Amino acid sequence: MAKPAKKTAPVRKAGAKPAAKKIAKVIETHENPIAVKGAEPHMRAENRGTPLVEMRDVSIAFGGIKAVDRASIDLHPGEVVGLLGHNGAGKSTLIKVLSGAYKRDAGQIMIEGNEVGINNPRDAKSLGIETIYQTLALADNVDAAANLYLGRELRTRIGTLDDVAMEAETRKVMFRLNPNFRRFKEPVSKLSGGQRQSVAIARAIHFNARILIMDEPTAALGPQETAQVGELIKQLKADGIGIFLISHDLHDVFDLADRLVVMKNGKVVGTAHVKDVTQDEVLGMIIAGKCPKGAVPGPGALREVA
Amino acid sequence: MSNITNTSQNPALQNEGAVKRFFRATEIDPRMLGMIAALILIWCIFDIASGVLRGNFGGLLGGSFLTPRNLWTLLVQTSSIAVMSTGMVLLIVMRQLDLSVGSMLSLVAVAGAVLQVFKLAPVLGVGHPAIWILAVVACIALGALIGALNGALTAYAKIPAFIVTLGGLLAYSGMAFYLAKGETVAPMDKTYEIFGGGIPISWIGPFWSWVIALVACAAIIFGIVNGRRQRLRFNFPLRPIWAETFLAALGSFVVLGITNVMNSYPWPFKLIENYAKANGVAIPPGIENKDGTAVCMAGDQVVRCTEGLIYYTGYSLPVLVALIVGMLMTFLATRTMFGRYVYAIGGNPEAAELAGINTKWMIVKVFALMGALVGISSIISSARLNAATNALGLTNELYVIAATVIGGTSLAGGVGTIYGAMIGALMMQSIISGMSLLNLPAAFQNMVVGVVLVLAVWLDQLYSRRVK
Repeated sequence: MAKPAKKTAPVRKAGAKPAAKKIAKVIETHENPIAVKGAEPHMRAENRGTPLVEMRDVSIAFGGIKAVDRASIDLHPGEVVGLLGHNGAGKSTLIKVLSGAYKRDAGQIMIEGNEVGINNPRDAKSLGIETIYQTLALADNVDAAANLYLGRELRTRIGTLDDVAMEAETRKVMFRLNPNFRRFKEPVSKLSGGQRQSVAIARAIHFNARILIMDEPTAALGPQETAQVGELIKQLKADGIGIFLISHDLHDVFDLADRLVVMKNGKVVGTAHVKDVTQDEVLGMIIAGKCPKGAVPGPGALREVA
Repeated sequence: MSNITNTSQNPALQNEGAVKRFFRATEIDPRMLGMIAALILIWCIFDIASGVLRGNFGGLLGGSFLTPRNLWTLLVQTSSIAVMSTGMVLLIVMRQLDLSVGSMLSLVAVAGAVLQVFKLAPVLGVGHPAIWILAVVACIALGALIGALNGALTAYAKIPAFIVTLGGLLAYSGMAFYLAKGETVAPMDKTYEIFGGGIPISWIGPFWSWVIALVACAAIIFGIVNGRRQRLRFNFPLRPIWAETFLAALGSFVVLGITNVMNSYPWPFKLIENYAKANGVAIPPGIENKDGTAVCMAGDQVVRCTEGLIYYTGYSLPVLVALIVGMLMTFLATRTMFGRYVYAIGGNPEAAELAGINTKWMIVKVFALMGALVGISSIISSARLNAATNALGLTNELYVIAATVIGGTSLAGGVGTIYGAMIGALMMQSIISGMSLLNLPAAFQNMVVGVVLVLAVWLDQLYSRRVK
């Protein structure tokens, strides 16, 4: 927790300071030798073997508008990659291609080095990709257990729903996430924002996901619950699960993510290790598309006019 | 009520009022109780009103509504709409709608009639047992097929269900007219006619009615015991014993009560006479009695009498069909993945899709199910009339949708129960036949049904807002 606290300092004094000074500050405070060199941070990812997920040159358009344009991102086991960008930058869309909600127009998706065809959410789930959507994607009129097991219901020997077993399992999972949760019989529409969020999270982690996509997982949560989700992410990471974390909150991303990818207008501005960039620089990437030295520029990076 | 006021062990629940605690402990849906209360109120009003206007015909409150005869007829008349309303619940829960069920019923009934009267009977010979079997299968299959077409156009061609089925309403009724050449197709096969409940062999009699009632009571008790065992297995909170006993007693009481009413309706006088003569049953001697429902011999004349040869109807086949359909549909809606998906899609179609449910195929399946149920209703309706015409299902779609909505199904989707819709159908039929019992003009019937429909939805919304 100490590291992000240090890094918030430049953000408060944002704007006026020249970039070079900020980088100097990062170098000062950093013990990582590669980060000090600054020039080849991207080498690290490539040295780690086959990525868990690699999306290569993925594009998708809606009625002529390119929501995602030749975006490439990757994710390793036990790694948290933060996806940042404005509203409409294309991050949710890109991630929905991976979760099977949208079908890509072009590009490849590789899981552990093998190209896969993800055409619908079922395909994604069978590959171990679980998603917590920003909208939570809960069926409001049914209870927590029905939502947790939606599409994967437990059945009795004669093929009927085993509601009792599902509720028992749900009680176990929910106890891990939210020990105070008691309202198992009520439709989720009656639950608070935080409780609904924990149902959505429980659904994603219950089925042994290898790849977890979290789209604004803490948007509806209070500080205590947000901290709980943070702990959960660290725990999942330790289990070797790869996580894509979409967030508007730079603090969250700097706190939880190993790397970050910034998108703008459907294109990747750049990819960086959180240790190699400051929050100010990342803001510059998000707002202006300026790719700092510590990051690997993508197709969406602002071209320097020499 | 003394056991209800016992304070619960749970201190958190002690502050609740007795009524609230009662509903919590028994897990009875207050909405259903309200609906049943409204139904009983309507029945009482009609009985009193008919007593005042037309004199006492043996009704419970001095009229002619709460008599075994009227209630028996009421159930038979309700069965066709009730069967269809169970399918409409699932459609409306899934945010779809089928306006074409009435026309579809006419078309399927006419097709079934043409098949047995003009196609099968000349080939196989009138009364051949294969005729009714083929006709029944054909009606249900044709219904399912038309329903699947409605569903496919809605799901895959992405035409709103309202438009698809509005088109269907016109098109299917046109087809029915064309197929029947505007004429009445009759008579139906003798065995097929049993499904209508209009002839003595479609009445199962008191013995089998009691057998069914006892089986139903046993099933209620087994269900409660089994549910308790399941909850114990996983250490879930249990209903208090008094609540379990109360539910078992209430359920059994209702089943036995309805059965008793069904078993108190005697065959019409003429039918007893015909049956006795045809089957060589001896008619006992007696004295003529104008109010009698049994038959006696006064000299060499068959007369009505109070103590003589009498048969009781018991449950009628279409009512049993409707009850079985209701149970199967309830099972489907609450105990299977299919039902779970229907409700999930209604609650949030996008979430259901993201959870990996093939929502389009589900829409086709539910429309096809609706069609198959229309097929069953078309058999009941045409067998009851012993004929099929292109006007057989006229305005049925409106009654089916009204029954479903009166029964608590929300047009916004996601909420609705099978039993609610069936009670809704019974309520609507009660109003219609109650008003004809009062000799009110037909014009008033639709006015009142319309008002009741709007009132029911308004009350339901008031209730939901208060609960929130």
